[in-house]
Amino acid sequence: MSIFLAPWTFMRLLIQSVILAAGQIWSNKLRSVLTTTGIVIGVASVVAVVAGLTGLEALVVDELEMFGAKRIGVWPVRPETGPMKRVSWSRVRFYPEQFEGLLDHCPSVDCFTRTTGFGATVSFGSHRVETVDVQGVDPSAHKISNRSVIMGREFSHIDMETGAQVCVIEEKLRDKLSLDRECIGQKILIGDRTYTIVGIAEPPAEFKLINTGGGESYTVFVPFTAIYNRDSWMGVDALAKSADVAEEAQAEIKFFLRRTRNIKPGEPDTFGVQTVQRILEGFRAISMGVTAVAGSIVAISLLVGGIGIMNIMLVSVSERTREIGLRKAVGAKPSAVLLQFLVEAVVLCLIGGGVGLGIGQLLTVGMANIPNFPLEKAHIPMWAVGLSFGFSSMVGLFFGMFPAVKAARLDPIEALRHE
Amino acid sequence: MIIRLRNVRKVYKMGAERIHALDGVHLDIEKGEYVAVMGHSGSGKSTLMNMLGCLDRPTSGTYELDGQLTTRMSGGELARVRNRRIGFVFQSFELMPRMTAVKNVELPLVYAPDGWRGRHKMARAALDRVGLADRAHHKPNQMSGGQRQRVAIARALICRPSILLADEPTGNLDSKTSAEILDLFDAIHKDGQTIIMVTHEADVACHAKRIVRMSDGRVVSDLPVEADEVYALASYHSGEGPLEQGVVGQ
Repeated sequence: MSIFLAPWTFMRLLIQSVILAAGQIWSNKLRSVLTTTGIVIGVASVVAVVAGLTGLEALVVDELEMFGAKRIGVWPVRPETGPMKRVSWSRVRFYPEQFEGLLDHCPSVDCFTRTTGFGATVSFGSHRVETVDVQGVDPSAHKISNRSVIMGREFSHIDMETGAQVCVIEEKLRDKLSLDRECIGQKILIGDRTYTIVGIAEPPAEFKLINTGGGESYTVFVPFTAIYNRDSWMGVDALAKSADVAEEAQAEIKFFLRRTRNIKPGEPDTFGVQTVQRILEGFRAISMGVTAVAGSIVAISLLVGGIGIMNIMLVSVSERTREIGLRKAVGAKPSAVLLQFLVEAVVLCLIGGGVGLGIGQLLTVGMANIPNFPLEKAHIPMWAVGLSFGFSSMVGLFFGMFPAVKAARLDPIEALRHE
Repeated sequence: MIIRLRNVRKVYKMGAERIHALDGVHLDIEKGEYVAVMGHSGSGKSTLMNMLGCLDRPTSGTYELDGQLTTRMSGGELARVRNRRIGFVFQSFELMPRMTAVKNVELPLVYAPDGWRGRHKMARAALDRVGLADRAHHKPNQMSGGQRQRVAIARALICRPSILLADEPTGNLDSKTSAEILDLFDAIHKDGQTIIMVTHEADVACHAKRIVRMSDGRVVSDLPVEADEVYALASYHSGEGPLEQGVVGQ
């Protein structure tokens, strides 16, 4: 019973032991450095890997947020099984009427746009731009793709009804074609047809991971109805009312489309519906996998480090046998001796963990500052800091226990006789 | 009665052989006594010392210290008894090399539940008592052997123990320093401290007031110092024995 210590005495002994351990470690500097190397390397590597993944995830999240967490893509798919496996594309293809009434049946969907398009040469006078991405869309496309019209106007209801030959262009296309700054009302040639410019859209957000063309690619928006015919490819982009209901919106669209496309129960979908959230989840799964692999490698290095700690603690116990004997003679209980050596092992490991964390931080800063490397946001998350100290102290406790028990069980008479 | 040993035996097994380190020891020591335990090596005096210091438990028999029966105590309780009631002085001082004198003296207070607050004052006072107040912040390797033993004595006294146990306290010291340490023991004894000292040197033993002689695990003689043969021997050999110091006359 008296092996347990009163809380106050325990706290005091704990503080004492920490001071003592610090002194002990300081007076054996080289040995301590060598001993903790394993822990240092283990912690530094796990911290660096986690920081890298955190940076990557931050990047992915950012890009997807920019791309739109509420955004839902819908496109036709020929199923790999079922009766639709071998049918022609014309049967799989989307048709505009299949989306009529979508908003009424899908309460989580805010708006959607039909999309179609082709590549064409755009020209204004003698200025020509080859392979411009011509996108036929509904007005809500600007909201969905987060590219508002910053000058002029969106397509009107009448434009859509009549399939008017109007277009919304980008500033960089305007400059490339040497149009006036105020180019609204000017006419350009898309393919072989003349379109009147009614607006200018914001440039697209720049992505590092998702290839949106960028660089020398140009987009021009025209009304969906202006270029769509029943042989055209057609897709749909929708926007959920909020990121939280994106999953529900996805399910609603799926349910709606199965009905409008007459898919019988049990048959596979002939379309795909994907939210950005899904992509994020996919990434998170990969990142967790990488963390787990890194974690198991680190576990090995911590194990090796722990054995090093145990070894050095055993050496320390046998070197200090007389000290232990004296401490016992002047009234140290076995539990006090146990605590002293356990604390020493834990302090050793925590120092290793701290140094490892420091090196990990250096690696992280290095990683974040490599030019043109998309990890600017790499940082060590708080949970990783907690985890490294937690793991370090666990290693200390686990591998320090045996030497500490050995010290606590020493017979004071024998210990004082020890040479 | 501060110490009361009744029929204490200690048996070690060495293979098939049984060694009786203590073979039925009876010993009573009153408060304030100064006892020297003498005997050849293997006589059991070290075992007796360990027993009195609660470092070891008898195989049979009883040991009462300060009226408390220690024989049935757990390891933790014995540690507490050592902390509170016993002060040890060893032949080789056993100081912590990296600690200053005052820190060394404080050591037992680390393990005393109530000794924490006034520890500096107490350690200073103890150092003062052994005449080392000016060396409080020296480390053992900056001190002479005699000074180190004084630090050890201060450490032994800091918890105001019931008994001070000294195991060959002058064994590692030259004769001049030994005399100084023994004078210190005399002074401590005069203050009323009970002292039990193990020694094989007659010169040292005759500083005590009572000589207990051990042989083969038994007490073979227990006499006042004047009646023991060390008295005559010590005076004869050293020429500086207690006769000259006038111990007998008192």
